[in-house]
Amino acid sequence: MKRFVRQGFVSGLALSAALIAGAAWAKDDITIAMQLEPPHLDPTSAAAQAIDSVVYVNIFEGLTRFMGDGSIVPALAESWEISEDGTVYTFKLHEGVTFHDGSAMDAEDVKFSLDRARAEDSANAQKALFAGIDSVDVVDPLTVKVTLTEPNGNFLFNMAWGDAVIVAPESIENIKTTPVGTGPYTLGEWVQGDKIVLNRNPGYWGAEPALAQATFKFISDPTAAFAAMMAEDVDVFTGFPAPENLPQFEADPRFQVLVGSTEGETILSTNNKQPPFDNIKVRQAMAHAIDRQAIIDGAMFGYGTPIGTHFAPHNPAYVDLTGNSAYDPDKAKALLAEAGFPDGFETTLHLPPPSYARRGGEIIAAQLAAVGIKAEITNVEWAQWLETVFKGKNFGLTIVSHTEPMDIGIYARPEYYFQYDNPAFQELMTTLNSTTDPDKRTELMQQAQRIISEDYVNGYLFQLAALSVAKAGVQGLWANAPTAATDLSAISWSE
Amino acid sequence: MLRYSLKRAFSLAISLAVASLVIFAVIEIAPGDPASFMLGVNAQPDTLAALRTELGLDQSKAERYISWITGMLRGDFGTSYTYRTPVSQMIADRMWVSLPLALYALALSTAIAFPAGIYAASRRGKVGDLTVMSATQLGVAIPNFWFAMMLVLVFAINLRWFNAGGFAGWDKGLAAGLHSLTLPAIALALPQAAILARVMRSALLDILGEDFMRTARAKGLSRRQALWRHGLRNALIPVLTIIGLQFSFLLAGSIIIEQVFYLPGLGRLVFQAISARDLIVVESVVMLLVFAVITVNFLVDLAYAAVDPRLRSRT
Repeated sequence: MKRFVRQGFVSGLALSAALIAGAAWAKDDITIAMQLEPPHLDPTSAAAQAIDSVVYVNIFEGLTRFMGDGSIVPALAESWEISEDGTVYTFKLHEGVTFHDGSAMDAEDVKFSLDRARAEDSANAQKALFAGIDSVDVVDPLTVKVTLTEPNGNFLFNMAWGDAVIVAPESIENIKTTPVGTGPYTLGEWVQGDKIVLNRNPGYWGAEPALAQATFKFISDPTAAFAAMMAEDVDVFTGFPAPENLPQFEADPRFQVLVGSTEGETILSTNNKQPPFDNIKVRQAMAHAIDRQAIIDGAMFGYGTPIGTHFAPHNPAYVDLTGNSAYDPDKAKALLAEAGFPDGFETTLHLPPPSYARRGGEIIAAQLAAVGIKAEITNVEWAQWLETVFKGKNFGLTIVSHTEPMDIGIYARPEYYFQYDNPAFQELMTTLNSTTDPDKRTELMQQAQRIISEDYVNGYLFQLAALSVAKAGVQGLWANAPTAATDLSAISWSE
Repeated sequence: MLRYSLKRAFSLAISLAVASLVIFAVIEIAPGDPASFMLGVNAQPDTLAALRTELGLDQSKAERYISWITGMLRGDFGTSYTYRTPVSQMIADRMWVSLPLALYALALSTAIAFPAGIYAASRRGKVGDLTVMSATQLGVAIPNFWFAMMLVLVFAINLRWFNAGGFAGWDKGLAAGLHSLTLPAIALALPQAAILARVMRSALLDILGEDFMRTARAKGLSRRQALWRHGLRNALIPVLTIIGLQFSFLLAGSIIIEQVFYLPGLGRLVFQAISARDLIVVESVVMLLVFAVITVNFLVDLAYAAVDPRLRSRT
């Protein structure tokens, strides 16, 4: 009744306050806050992670799906068979699955979804996931056969992405505002700029989730995020933007703090084609000039795992290569002198908006200055970053977190913005893609990690931490973020 | 009066036309491609090209300017690139938060400033005056976002009288809506009230020194009667100017406050649209705000004429 009393002074509010209090006690609803609002709700036609954070495995499901520990398990596909040569996947679909509009989900819908994603005019932001598909054939209503042009060890992983969810041709036209999927939740209400409400889907084919309703709120300002959590306006904040406030939540018995790992390798991206960065000695010198722990402590308040290559530390195939670029300013100076820059040089450092870049950039610039490299800082918005750095390749250095899962393959694309061109690495990736044997794959992935680490392609800083704050009674939240998602089915209230 | 109004209306139209050109030019020149932003780093060139065509970004800038302007004249603000909903509908939705917030803040600011200013002027040089003046000095100096955070800390986190932010929605009733707008309105209003109170005081003091005030006193009115009957009306001109400016500021300038209280208003819409390079939304909302500002100034000009008959003849 405490809540009732304190709001009761505004007489008109008494009733609504009682309703709020009542609902809180029943504990089958939850309010989850995050920083960014999805621009729309179609995960198959935009790169915005905020879309997946709301709809992935809640509204939409794919053939396979990510679990919180990063593993890939069956979703709409109950099982599958892979042909001897690894090019034909035959998926057996779950029986009795319906879309939110009541229509049945069958092999035709799978064919439609995959064909739409790989079509010429497709707006899919991750079209490369579908590039190896040669044809999709309906065998019977519950069996679909996907033929690949060549074996692809990543295929089941690719099908788990939010960009590969199954959609229906009948509801595709308005998918951006009225998403119709097969998931355990349906879209209740979207007040743009404010909140999205999801309701439990009574006709769901799988197990019934504990929460009847979930409200997503969007709070971009870090101070407001802190206040909303402290005032208990929201129950959970995923991707909490103010790491400096976490100790305060940790000390407060009303809350719990979850610190996990993301797929975000945060790197000092280096333009490998632009002199003097085309000289490996210069890149090596920079790597030794950087004190990772100082950046993690100073910019992230201690949250983050140091990395020595472009690979997630929580992945079983990860190799710790931080030793290749241990902090050693004297060695950095010697290497610079060897490369012909005894007095250092000047370059640019473009910093996108996230605090890992803005705060980390200041520290890195100071560390580089200590060995004679003057990096002129330019703060940019994302749109500007995409235009000048990513597309225009008009930069020396930049800091960015590469959040796509398992994205070491970008080093095999010489036109990619950091412009690393190593035929041996490209060949290795081709081999990796066509290898399905798990042990062999691990070996190849470790080899790949070593090559880019020893080539000092980029400055490898740290793995971005997944930081969430929640009320003490919330259980089942993903601590790690193997993909952008809020798996509502796993969440419940204790007591 | 009619000639005066027509003249004002004409300059209003010219201002709007110039503003539309400037807004379009500035926003289009800023680097950043909406399609690349939406599709991210792994987008393939053919996907980008398809989206650009779909959004009409492959047309020339002149063509886009013309279609934007002609659309707006017909009341069609276009369709948001990212949200894919009509911009006019988005603006209408957000207006239901921003407009009441601005009016609420303006009402608060006026309600505080008028008595404070009049009181200070009537107690000139005395303790009361000094107290009010130091308080307003403080009010002018405090940045409103910091003040907003302090309000949240005290009234939302400690006392729990209000939510830390968010908007309940008018469908929950007038009281609930106003309740969620109260802290933001106070945060917006207090610095404005401080300015307004100072203007009110000095305007009144100027008037008190005028000959007609002495005449009024000579005719037998008490100090207070003279102030109410003759002083106040004459002091209103500078005060109205400030109120007009403040309303425009409150409507267009609540971007930061809307962020701090995560209110789904126009300011937040512009903020999101700028970072997403949702050009059509930015252009239309900014144009609308310019329109609002210019219109408010136009109304203030007309109000001058109503308060001060001398302006009507001086056309």
